[in-house]
Amino acid sequence: MKRVALRRATDQTAKHITAAVSAATSLLVVFIALVLLVRSWPIFVTRPLSELLFSTTWKPLQSAFGYYPFIMGTLWVTCVAMVIAVPICLLVSIYLAEYASRRVYAMVKPLIDVSAGIPSVIFGIWGVIMVVPLVQKLAASSIGRSLSRLPLFEVHNPTGYSVLAGGIVLAVMVFPVIISVAEEVIRAVPTGLREASWALGATRWQTIKYVVLRHAAPGVLAAIVLGFSRAFGETMAVIMVVGNVPRVPRSLFDAAYPLTALIANSYGEMMSIPLYDAALLGAALLLLVIVLLFNLGARLVLMRMIRYR
Amino acid sequence: MDERPHIEIQNLSVWYGEQRALKDISVAFPARGITAVIGPSGCGKTTLLKSINRLLETSDNVRISGRILLDGADIYAPGVDVTEIRTRVGLLASKPFPLPMSIYDNVLYGPRIHGLCRRDNADAIVERYLRAADLWEEVRERLQTPAHALSTGQQQRLCLARALAVEPEVLLCDEPTAALDPISAQRIEDLLRGLKRHMTIVLVTHILRQARRLADYVVFLWLGELVEAGPAEQVFNNPLSERTRAYLMGDIG
Repeated sequence: MKRVALRRATDQTAKHITAAVSAATSLLVVFIALVLLVRSWPIFVTRPLSELLFSTTWKPLQSAFGYYPFIMGTLWVTCVAMVIAVPICLLVSIYLAEYASRRVYAMVKPLIDVSAGIPSVIFGIWGVIMVVPLVQKLAASSIGRSLSRLPLFEVHNPTGYSVLAGGIVLAVMVFPVIISVAEEVIRAVPTGLREASWALGATRWQTIKYVVLRHAAPGVLAAIVLGFSRAFGETMAVIMVVGNVPRVPRSLFDAAYPLTALIANSYGEMMSIPLYDAALLGAALLLLVIVLLFNLGARLVLMRMIRYR
Repeated sequence: MDERPHIEIQNLSVWYGEQRALKDISVAFPARGITAVIGPSGCGKTTLLKSINRLLETSDNVRISGRILLDGADIYAPGVDVTEIRTRVGLLASKPFPLPMSIYDNVLYGPRIHGLCRRDNADAIVERYLRAADLWEEVRERLQTPAHALSTGQQQRLCLARALAVEPEVLLCDEPTAALDPISAQRIEDLLRGLKRHMTIVLVTHILRQARRLADYVVFLWLGELVEAGPAEQVFNNPLSERTRAYLMGDIG
């Protein structure tokens, strides 16, 4: 009898402990957001939001806290990354889901999944030793000089530490995120739908273009948004290659200073400056809110797609 | 059966991996009229059907041997354009799969990919084939709405309109009423009865009563083997094989 009672008590305890830990974990994000909100409150009450978001001056010693150059830095780097990543990821996803034989798929898919787990500092290092010199050479080459006449391509900064380098590194980092989701979404398109198109005499490519991708479009979009939010919030790899100059970039070869880099580089230094702490945490809150919203939107779309099936 | 057969299957065998789904089938389908392929589930009816428009080879791990002659020419011969075969041999699947686009664009999908649709004939094509599938009156006011908003029965008739719009000479029907209510099923049967005057219809069904209602010719498959084939009259009333008789009586299958 005693044994049974003990076993039942253990069972109950296990249930309560696991439930408590789960609750704590899921509430963590709320808790973090709250802390950020409370600690950044002083900056939001002393300055209008428009000034914080659109002022280009970041001079903590003079109490000027404009996020604009950093927001633009983040946007530039993220957008360049997405421009590079999206077409490549789409092609890879289509190949893996529609054309690849089982053997090829079994070889390539684990490779892509594993690369999602590579620590970002390794991408950063790779960026410093491979991408930055490449961008530097490109900027100095005749191609760079002729490109320089075009807007968005002017070379003011010959170092290679630039928006372009950051974009390339980030693009490579988000490949596995986008590919694994997009590939699965494309694969999940019902076979009967493909057969309906083939049976009318459509080629494989026509079927992919007009039927499969159209059916999978919301999910593919969600995959892209997930990649976007990953790139948006990435810190380590970006910090190492973008140059970190707090100025609004005007060209791919300019240096940039994304929000993430600002927080990581500045937090903990010169904390005696009034409002400095609140300003940095405000930037962190901004980042968190944007990334959360993107993630939420993407997941909602994916959930709805799965429910329809 | 005095005309030359429209489709001639010669020594067709199909394997899924190690498993043999069809064993050395040789059978002919006469031109025009409905040939019903009957037999219990898993006996290879759908496999046989999908070999006729070469849809079978799109699945992994399938091996096909033998010949299928369409108007005397082997559709598995090297150099044959598979999209051309599939244009000549249409398919009506067991479950309607409307393409993710409007009703209008569904009907035009085939003509468009084959470059047969111009701005000035598109509306006429849509109307003609929606009428042919007896769907026009129900959808004429909402041609631009998404096709998946239709009822299942309407979707199946849309799929028929879509298949007819590429003017196939053969229509393969894979249990086309399996997902439908009796009234929608009835309408599909009526349509097939009308279509058989102009085209060769191969109807896979496991509903014997449907086969009796529609078939001019019957092919009976049992576990991947051809047991009997012949005019419906003969197979249903006077089967040559003991197994056919037992299946028709409901003793097996």
